[in-house]
Amino acid sequence: MEQAGESRIAQPRDRVWRALNDPEVLARCLDGCKSMTPVGDGEYEAEVGAKVGPVKATFKAAIALNDVVEPESYRLDVEVKGGAAGFAKGSALVNLEDVTGEDGDETLLTYEINGNIGGKLAQIGSRLVDAAARKTAARFFERFKVDFDTA
Amino acid sequence: MASETGIGASVKRKEDARFITGAGNYTDDINAPGQTHAVFVRSPYARARINGIDTAAAAATDGVVAVFTGADLAADEIGDLPCGWLVKSKDGSDMVAPPHPPIATEAVNYVGEPYAVVIGETLEAARNGAEAVDADFEERPAVVDLATAASADQIHESVPNNQAYDWELGDKAATDAAFDGAHHVATVDIVNNRLIPNAIEPRAALGEYDAAAGTYTLHTTSQNPHLERLVLAAFVNVAPEARLRVISPDVGGGFGSKIFVYAEETAVIWAAGKVRRPVKWRAERSESFLADAHGRDHVTTAQLALDQNGKFLGLRVKTKANMGAYLSTFASSVPTYLYGTLMAGQYTTPAIYVEVQSLYTNTAPVDAYRGAGRPEATYVVERCVETAAREMGIDPAEIRRRNFIQPGDFPYDTPVALTYDTGDYEASLDKALGHIDYAGFGARRAASESAGKKRGIGFSCYIEACGLAPSQVAISLGAGVGLFEVGEVRVDVTGSVTVVTGSHSHGQSHETTFAQIISDKLGVPFENVTVLHGDTGRSDYALGTYGSRSLAVGGSAIIKATDKIIAKGKKIAAHILEAQEDQMDFADGTFTVVDSNQSITFGEVAFAAYVPQNYPLEELEPGLSEKAFYDPPNFTYPAGAHICEVEVDPDTGVVDIVDFVAVDDFGHVVNPMIVEGQVHGGLAQGIGQALLEHGVYDDAGQLLSGSYMDYTMPRADDLPSFTVDTTVTPCTHNPLGVKGCGEAGAIGSTAAVMNAVTDALGVASVPMPATPETVWRAASARGSSAEGAERGE
Repeated sequence: MEQAGESRIAQPRDRVWRALNDPEVLARCLDGCKSMTPVGDGEYEAEVGAKVGPVKATFKAAIALNDVVEPESYRLDVEVKGGAAGFAKGSALVNLEDVTGEDGDETLLTYEINGNIGGKLAQIGSRLVDAAARKTAARFFERFKVDFDTA
Repeated sequence: MASETGIGASVKRKEDARFITGAGNYTDDINAPGQTHAVFVRSPYARARINGIDTAAAAATDGVVAVFTGADLAADEIGDLPCGWLVKSKDGSDMVAPPHPPIATEAVNYVGEPYAVVIGETLEAARNGAEAVDADFEERPAVVDLATAASADQIHESVPNNQAYDWELGDKAATDAAFDGAHHVATVDIVNNRLIPNAIEPRAALGEYDAAAGTYTLHTTSQNPHLERLVLAAFVNVAPEARLRVISPDVGGGFGSKIFVYAEETAVIWAAGKVRRPVKWRAERSESFLADAHGRDHVTTAQLALDQNGKFLGLRVKTKANMGAYLSTFASSVPTYLYGTLMAGQYTTPAIYVEVQSLYTNTAPVDAYRGAGRPEATYVVERCVETAAREMGIDPAEIRRRNFIQPGDFPYDTPVALTYDTGDYEASLDKALGHIDYAGFGARRAASESAGKKRGIGFSCYIEACGLAPSQVAISLGAGVGLFEVGEVRVDVTGSVTVVTGSHSHGQSHETTFAQIISDKLGVPFENVTVLHGDTGRSDYALGTYGSRSLAVGGSAIIKATDKIIAKGKKIAAHILEAQEDQMDFADGTFTVVDSNQSITFGEVAFAAYVPQNYPLEELEPGLSEKAFYDPPNFTYPAGAHICEVEVDPDTGVVDIVDFVAVDDFGHVVNPMIVEGQVHGGLAQGIGQALLEHGVYDDAGQLLSGSYMDYTMPRADDLPSFTVDTTVTPCTHNPLGVKGCGEAGAIGSTAAVMNAVTDALGVASVPMPATPETVWRAASARGSSAEGAERGE
């Protein structure tokens, strides 16, 4: 599974960077995220409820931020062990770039996601997982953009 | 009476009343008081080392009775699942089989391999427990691609090059010489696609342990309960044979996939002894996809050498066969003795050389599936023949005719170890050509062309060896068991008859067919005959059902027992009628003194045998019950001609099978209706392989075709109304003159369909399954390099 996308955010880059490193923001924006607990430097444990096709389960995800270049880019590695439902592994390369908008400094966020799934998730959901991942990413950035207004 | 219910009559099936009213008694219908439920925890990885399994949370889950891992089985000295057929490599060395613990211990090697089993008070509790099992896996690169498996990462420590064996059959030098002198050589590259069996009833098991008696009873969906018992006792060490009873009640389809001794049934019966309560398991369909033995999965290059007249001079076949991650119960025999031996087909090809390299991959084990080796062989031979005919400009029917073994040539020794006893291949082909109206094909093709469609016709003149098997031949070739069958005919006091067969029916209709035989031979009313099967507690050791053997081998055992009944009946009748035994005649249920009007009915003789008042007790034991073992002297060789006509829409790639004719020679037929049903089912499966079915793993070894969303089973609207007919050359070496009809449809049809599809498109080859996308690509690429096709033209 591979996909890429971008999102333009009407906030200066350092603010976007801070938000991207704030587990509470990440937890608010990620669909189905029930908790996001820091467990170390740049490492988190999250509980995420997800549904791929007919497979619906709460997954425990280990999240780690790697290759961090502040305030420019990082790689978000996610590993999910779903027990009987299988597993998912993936990483998202996130890159921030300054752009000039009508009302001042804005940020262009680009991302590349790749990952794979196994077990029942793959058996039942492989044809659905791309769409599910795309939807999850889109929802995340939708919320992420507006989260600055509410935060 | 005999005419309506005897041999040759299309008697309605005795089984159907209970099946169609939902009164069948399947394994999952059986419940034992106090039973628990098993759920298997399965690997999500195609290949991983198990660093540890934490079962504490699972064991503490509400309603969980026990959690077992491979270590628990090992501690109880439960043995590995064995492969029952030893195949040797070219160099004389034994095949290499990796250890196959029922529950994985150190590593998992395919997605779906069980690594723990949770026993719960309820299914729900067991499922919850299974969710809580926490295993620490260290994922390793999966070996998935068959073509490159020999040079990939080594999967099992004990198996170099991932190779089970590198086998050969035939005369290499003679075959090379035949090619040296050839006028033309036709070459085909073939992928025989992996199939997933999908019996309508998933596998199931109910294990019970009687602590007072120290005995185990396993109800399960086995095609051969005695084999299951033998393996569980002798190799797996669950219990001694005499303390283990295996019962296969009604079973909803097997197609080979229920021959094998699997991890789950093994764990269930063992666990019943551990928890001292009955343990029940029934596979979910998802589990069936993952963990039933799959079928086919070959990569082959084959060459046919011909002279200028289209006479076959030699055939060379090189095949890689996928064994999956472990060697299943009979896996080794399928791409060897059930495959290489069939390469002569119906033809006089004088020199044949077959090489088969069987390899392990991180996929589900592959074993026999309806036809088992013979569909793959037929596909090789008939694709070669069709390709040669096209390349040499010879009519495909004509090229076959020029090469058929002729009726006067039997018994015929092939260059690949078989002796065909009888056949008339041209008779079947002629009949099939008539049914399909071959002469009118040109006009039909022109009509399709003018409608923007492409029409094609494809032949498959298949042969198969079934009625497995002559024990001494099989054992000399590596079989670990004899392959005879047992039949018992118990005449009741009132003259009704109970037949016990070691053969098992899971769709074959033994209760009907075998009752017809008894009714015919003993003159007993059909409805007074009851056939019992599928229970090691009822029949002697026997080998069960596979390889289209039930009638040819199991039926012959019943005939032998019936002959003993008649012989004893004559003694009794002679005593009562005060005649000599050799003066007694028996026909239509009546013993008659030759050339007299003195007679006594079968029922009267039976009564006398059990109420022995006027009876020669000093010379003859009372009772009228006989048993016989039958070991076939040879295989039987059903053969036939399948012709398929397709119309392809080049814009969409959709293949429409507009006509399908199957003319088969099954020898004598006991129940034509049942035989026709068997042929229909086989054709559906063969056509399914050609057009629809495909077991697909991704590069990481994840099963992508793991549900009916992604694995396409043939449905009624995918199939035409078949034209099914027969010719008859009776088998020369069994008492009924019967061959076997269970697999023929699946063996012959696939090649006919693909020959028709390639004929329609005018391309050399289209990969299976010929889905609309594949066909569309092949049609679009015609004349250029065919992307997605096996061989660009």
